[in-house]
Amino acid sequence: MWDMLSWLPENVSTYGGEIDSLFYIIYYITGVAFLLVAFAMIAFVIMFRHREGRRATYLHGNTVIEITWTIVTAVIFVVLAFMSQPLWGRIKQEVPPTDLQVRITAKQFNWEIVYPGPDGKFDTADDLQVDNELHVPVNRAVHVFLASKDVIHSFFLPQLRLKQDAVPGRVIQAWFQATKTGRYEIPCAELCGFGHSGMLGYLTVYSPEEYSKWVKEQWPSR
Amino acid sequence: MMSESAGVHAVHGAHVHHEELGFVRTYVFATDHKMIGRQFLFLGLFMLVIGGLLAMLMRWQLGWPETPVPGMGWVPEPYMFEGIVPPQTYNMLFTMHATIMIFFAVMPIMIGCFGNFLIPLMIGARDMAFPVLNMLSFWSGAVGGVVMLAGFFVPGGHAASGWTAYAPLSASAIYTGVDWGQNLWNISLIIVGASSLMGSINYITTIINMRAPGMTWFRLPLVIWSLFVTAILLLLALPVLTAALAMLLADRMLGTHFFLPAGGGEPLLWQHLFWYFGHPEVYVLVLPAMGVTSDVLSTFSRKPIFGYRAMAMSMISIGFLSWIVWGHHMFLSGMNPALGTAFMMSTMVIAVPSAIKTFNWLGTLWGGSIRLTTPMLNGLAFVSIFVIGGLSGVFMASTPVDIFIHDTYFIVAHFHYVVAGIVFGLFAAVYYWFPKMFGRMMNETLGKIHFVLTFIFFNATFFPMHFLGVAGHMRRIWNPLQYEFLQPLQGMNQFISVSAFLLGLSQILFLVNFFWSLFAGKKAEVNPWHANTLEWAAPSPPPHGNWGEHLPVVHHGPYEYSVPGVEEDYLPQTTPHALPVTAGH
Repeated sequence: MWDMLSWLPENVSTYGGEIDSLFYIIYYITGVAFLLVAFAMIAFVIMFRHREGRRATYLHGNTVIEITWTIVTAVIFVVLAFMSQPLWGRIKQEVPPTDLQVRITAKQFNWEIVYPGPDGKFDTADDLQVDNELHVPVNRAVHVFLASKDVIHSFFLPQLRLKQDAVPGRVIQAWFQATKTGRYEIPCAELCGFGHSGMLGYLTVYSPEEYSKWVKEQWPSR
Repeated sequence: MMSESAGVHAVHGAHVHHEELGFVRTYVFATDHKMIGRQFLFLGLFMLVIGGLLAMLMRWQLGWPETPVPGMGWVPEPYMFEGIVPPQTYNMLFTMHATIMIFFAVMPIMIGCFGNFLIPLMIGARDMAFPVLNMLSFWSGAVGGVVMLAGFFVPGGHAASGWTAYAPLSASAIYTGVDWGQNLWNISLIIVGASSLMGSINYITTIINMRAPGMTWFRLPLVIWSLFVTAILLLLALPVLTAALAMLLADRMLGTHFFLPAGGGEPLLWQHLFWYFGHPEVYVLVLPAMGVTSDVLSTFSRKPIFGYRAMAMSMISIGFLSWIVWGHHMFLSGMNPALGTAFMMSTMVIAVPSAIKTFNWLGTLWGGSIRLTTPMLNGLAFVSIFVIGGLSGVFMASTPVDIFIHDTYFIVAHFHYVVAGIVFGLFAAVYYWFPKMFGRMMNETLGKIHFVLTFIFFNATFFPMHFLGVAGHMRRIWNPLQYEFLQPLQGMNQFISVSAFLLGLSQILFLVNFFWSLFAGKKAEVNPWHANTLEWAAPSPPPHGNWGEHLPVVHHGPYEYSVPGVEEDYLPQTTPHALPVTAGH
């Protein structure tokens, strides 16, 4: 309850755990920094409260202390940046290979989802298009090609720690790998009009067997 | 009577250039910087109340979705349906809450009011460099305010695409159903942009050219440094916003396609232009509150500010760095992820001068003789609130963590700790300079009760929003109950709403104190806080021309408190005295 990060939704993606770890590191560093500053402020206000007969110290600064806290702060922030960069690269730049691809085109106020079908190619006769239902197998990387037909939307999978804007006029690639079967919500996270609230799709993560069954139901001829 | 006062002017104002001004020139189309400052204050307070009330409606909808807001049954359709807030109106509410608070409450009060009132008084000038331009700045701002409020009454309702007005949502009426509301929003912001430009040119010119004899750059109070950096940021940032707004308006009304991809436009161009203005704008809002806090903390610690030069330099470096961090608003916008890394680095760097300021404020308290007056309590609250807002910013600066918390209530919590936290700087400034501005003291007891309630309910409102954000609660959603994963959070949403209502109600104490003191407060002395800066050498309130016959002469810096060998614990900048050499300087 009082541990803020215990409010995180359950993580069910491969890189989600790493994001959460980084989240915790920053949480502890900033938490300690806050407690130190708050403690110092309260302590100073009490220690140095006005009392008759005592004058304030005539002091303009202290160069050594000022240089020290500048350098310490700078080092902490730069280290945080260097800790963040590799993970950012793995999520946004180094997409792992996979044969599972899906096109998701946002429109006011639905997610239009296109599966390439058994041939693995888009824009062929066996493409399957449905609204708001994304079906994937567990433990396999999935590539998502995000686009939009009208305004900017944002594809958000809270339990998979994935968020990516969908922008009209461009196709943006994202990826995720689910680690647990189940059904999860796909809200839109970018204001997209009067129906923004309630723009909602569903991600279903299947076990390998259930996934094969689902594929057979969709493409019975194969 | 008439001849008597005229005689007094004849003696005192031989070459001060006094003329008897009529009612209109004194109170309406005034060119006196102090009257313009007061006008900005009243405009800002009026808009602060409206912006706050819009937030109350939002909090009702979030706490008790789709139930009638008590007492609001009279609002006609389609704005409300028997008191129920529909989604389109909800979008309008948060769009206008932010727009009004930023452009019509915080900016008019912190920059328009205190910039105008304080700059000539604190640097020892008789008025601004361009008094007529100053008048024009206020009145164009007021016209901008009227245009903005008019948007509530046009068919289709007011702008509903967020204060960030992301294109293409904002670029065509077909996406929102909002027609003239968004147009008037654009036009109004172009007008207030011009108003701020006129003000900033005036501030810069005045501070550079009109400082009293002896007022060197490093004898300026930090609040003047903050307003100087702010004015430069405004001068350079606003034309970018104005250009972007004009392009957006052209897309809406003239059929251009700057931001509409169907005609070859680029939606991300709007975001780049908007945040190129928008991030310096954050510092435009917060720097004056930092300046106010520095002055108030030094005065009521009876101690020189710790690290004066570091304080001035950190504001200047924040000013420079604020131009290269805008991309941290766009990590997930689809721009190249490599750019995200670059903007993360610059964002981590800008945290350093902010941290330096915090440490220097703590250093100022160390060894002081602290008086917990109402301005001081608000100044200390500003520091603690700013620390939370600054630290929560580190989470978003880290690109991978931002993937999860971007566009959630974590962001809402963060920017309210930074930008809404400015109200503590604002209250510190009002309580501190009210005696100089209106010649009367505000009531301390009422002020302290107001402070305590505001501080408690501010935190009770905004701190739990971090928790909502961590749980994944998106911002700008009308009804959280539409999502299964957000339903367990409803109790927290109701707690926040109740806190917000109490926060709003607590402000009645401030308004009562303000208006009661205006007419019936205790008469203020010339220097009621025993402060050093120049404005406290002028009468309360200062007359037209501020200084009588002779301009003040400045002998040393603004924070010479508790100087050894001086009987009093303060040493006004106008009092000559040899200063001892101290450690560190």
